[in-house]
Amino acid sequence: MLKQIRPAIVSFTILAAITGLGYPLAITGIAQLVMPEQANGSLIKQNGQVIGSELVGQAFTQDKYFHGRLSATTGPDPQDASKSVAAPYNAANSMGSNLGPTSAALKDRLTADVAAAKKENPSAEVPVDLVMTSSSGLDPHISPDNALFQVPRVAKARGIDEAKLRDLVQSQIEDRDLGIFGELRVNVLKLNLALDRMGS
Amino acid sequence: MNLYDWLQIAAFCTVLVALTPLLGAYLTRVFDGQRTWLSPVLRPIEIVLYRVAGVDQKQEQHWVSYTIALLLFHVAGFLFLYLLLRLQALLPLNPAGQGPVAADLTFNTTMSFLTNTNWQNYGGESTMSYLSQMLGLTVQNYLSAASGIAISLALVRGFARASSHTVGNFWVDITRATLYVLMPICVLLALFFVWQGMPQTLGPYVEATTLEGAKQTIAVGPVASQIAIKLLGTNGGGFFNANASHPLENPTALSNNMQMLAILMIGAALTNVFGRMVGNQRQGYAIFAAMGVLFLAGVVVCYWAESYGTQTLQSLGLSGGNMEGKELRFGIVGSALFAVVTTAASCGAVNAMHDSFTALGGMIPLINMQLGEIVIGGVGAGLYGMLLFVILTIFLAGLMVGRTPEYVGKKIEAREVKMAMLAILVLPLMILGWTAIAVVYPPAVASIANPGPHGFSEVLYAFTSQTANNGSAFAGLTGNTPFYNVAGGIAMFVGRFWMIVPAMAIAGSLAAKKSVPASSGTFPTTGALFVGLLVGVILIVGGLTFFPALAVGPIVEHLAMLAGDLF
Repeated sequence: MLKQIRPAIVSFTILAAITGLGYPLAITGIAQLVMPEQANGSLIKQNGQVIGSELVGQAFTQDKYFHGRLSATTGPDPQDASKSVAAPYNAANSMGSNLGPTSAALKDRLTADVAAAKKENPSAEVPVDLVMTSSSGLDPHISPDNALFQVPRVAKARGIDEAKLRDLVQSQIEDRDLGIFGELRVNVLKLNLALDRMGS
Repeated sequence: MNLYDWLQIAAFCTVLVALTPLLGAYLTRVFDGQRTWLSPVLRPIEIVLYRVAGVDQKQEQHWVSYTIALLLFHVAGFLFLYLLLRLQALLPLNPAGQGPVAADLTFNTTMSFLTNTNWQNYGGESTMSYLSQMLGLTVQNYLSAASGIAISLALVRGFARASSHTVGNFWVDITRATLYVLMPICVLLALFFVWQGMPQTLGPYVEATTLEGAKQTIAVGPVASQIAIKLLGTNGGGFFNANASHPLENPTALSNNMQMLAILMIGAALTNVFGRMVGNQRQGYAIFAAMGVLFLAGVVVCYWAESYGTQTLQSLGLSGGNMEGKELRFGIVGSALFAVVTTAASCGAVNAMHDSFTALGGMIPLINMQLGEIVIGGVGAGLYGMLLFVILTIFLAGLMVGRTPEYVGKKIEAREVKMAMLAILVLPLMILGWTAIAVVYPPAVASIANPGPHGFSEVLYAFTSQTANNGSAFAGLTGNTPFYNVAGGIAMFVGRFWMIVPAMAIAGSLAAKKSVPASSGTFPTTGALFVGLLVGVILIVGGLTFFPALAVGPIVEHLAMLAGDLF
């Protein structure tokens, strides 16, 4: 048994150095050299300032923007750092709601949100991703139905023709990867950027 | 449910099946010590390592010294990781200024990564420095997976050899598994993931000013390198708290499919290695087929349950399935398939919140883990777990016809059956034992997030996941408490090593046996009859053990949901 202590320590040390330093640093080097865009978080800049990542959703609350999915992320309470409070789209603390299928709290939340959505747009069916929280709380996408559902509100706030806005949404729909994987979707931040460009 | 969804499932399965014999052939060459196309680069490193470590690579080990070597290697790993996490505040590569990790949380986390579980009672981006993620967690992701491969190889050699005192050399196996198998595939995977949008940087978290003028801190880091091995090694510990559902940890549906493939590819290929080493690939395919039957059954049920949704959704007129806790880019099918894949293997990465799955949808991952994660299974652990069930099945078949059973030319006798049963009993002992304690111990009950039967499922899931070394969670449960940290740490330790030691004992005892040629009385183990019998034994053993617990959790919750009861 004593004979095995040396290989245990030496093998562990060498393999740890290769896998824990050599490997991640080599990947970092290659990635930074060849794909710096993605390696640094796919950031979007406007006038030299970072306004977000194209892959990370951000909170939209104003009527003139399309809203992303509901987010259950939290952050520290400014009054008492040991407690946490709701902080949607906190990209330093990703999480979901973890409410189960027979949760009364979930039903109460959904009932209120569905009623509010129906009030905003009585003519369309409420899309399920409009009222259900994402897993990470940072989902950058919404379904095409969800985006179209919000068109009347955004059109009213901006004073733009609804048909024009629907065309914009259609042009922002991303196809399934390789034509089969994933879902049809709209990137909310990109859609809102396109919207701002259209306005000006 | 639609055509695209079924197409995605079919495409995924096709690629996995096609890859299995290719990777199996490569693995067999590596562990037989033959030259491979990577040898010119890796062989010199390997030789230096053996020389410094004082390892004679030609010197094979008895099963006892093989096991001791493995255990000592884990002791070294435990001490190193424990100290690293406790001292991270004093060490470099800590741009977010993370403090030291608390003692009980460090114990749990160290056990978790040492045993290939990667249960996470911590939030990655809010707890760990970059150095801890790389030199601590990434290292254990590699080495715990390599250990799993080594043990499964020792057991396969036990079946393949005759009248031999040795089962291989642990130091050689672990080195080759790391350098020739895990590392090259991880390099390719990591670069693919960066291309899809995963960050790989040592820079600090990004401060953004959003379109509406709010501040957003975006956590980044050396993500892709860790995620590649997290999946390939069936580890599952995420860089971020939300794991593979975080858009920077799983940016696209394409990366999602590659992640699922990475989780299963080595486990699937090892069945082929088994076939090749015992000299009949059909033996490997029979095991793969039994795994495939259980896998597809799980996928269909989970996908159906999530598409159907819940009574709450129906009553509000919402269609489109249960999207609570799911990401839009993966949709229902990408989330359900991932949940089955990650618990079929001992991975535990999640791309959706299992806590928010429907009762039946969430029961499938539970069952997968309770069966011992033998449906493809963890890297190495899946194969040796499955071979324990094979021994049991062969034993039962032998009882039916009244003769000593044989499997791939080896007589299966009392010692093997006893050891297999010992290993299989660890699951109910740890899972049901700790769950029973946790539901009557008030501080443990206080951790439950959802009331009613779902709360019981959260606790059952926690101990199932940790004992089976999976690491996924019904994440509503507050796991970072002294009770769950310590109890979970023990469950993970026992769940891993109480399987490994009996499996190694079987390896040693089989290797020493003579090989008996197949006769007309030998039960054929390559046909549909054997596959059916094996699946039946797995389901009966798992069912008898865990049905009562499932009845109190997900089954009663499903019935309550249908009746419209809420909690």
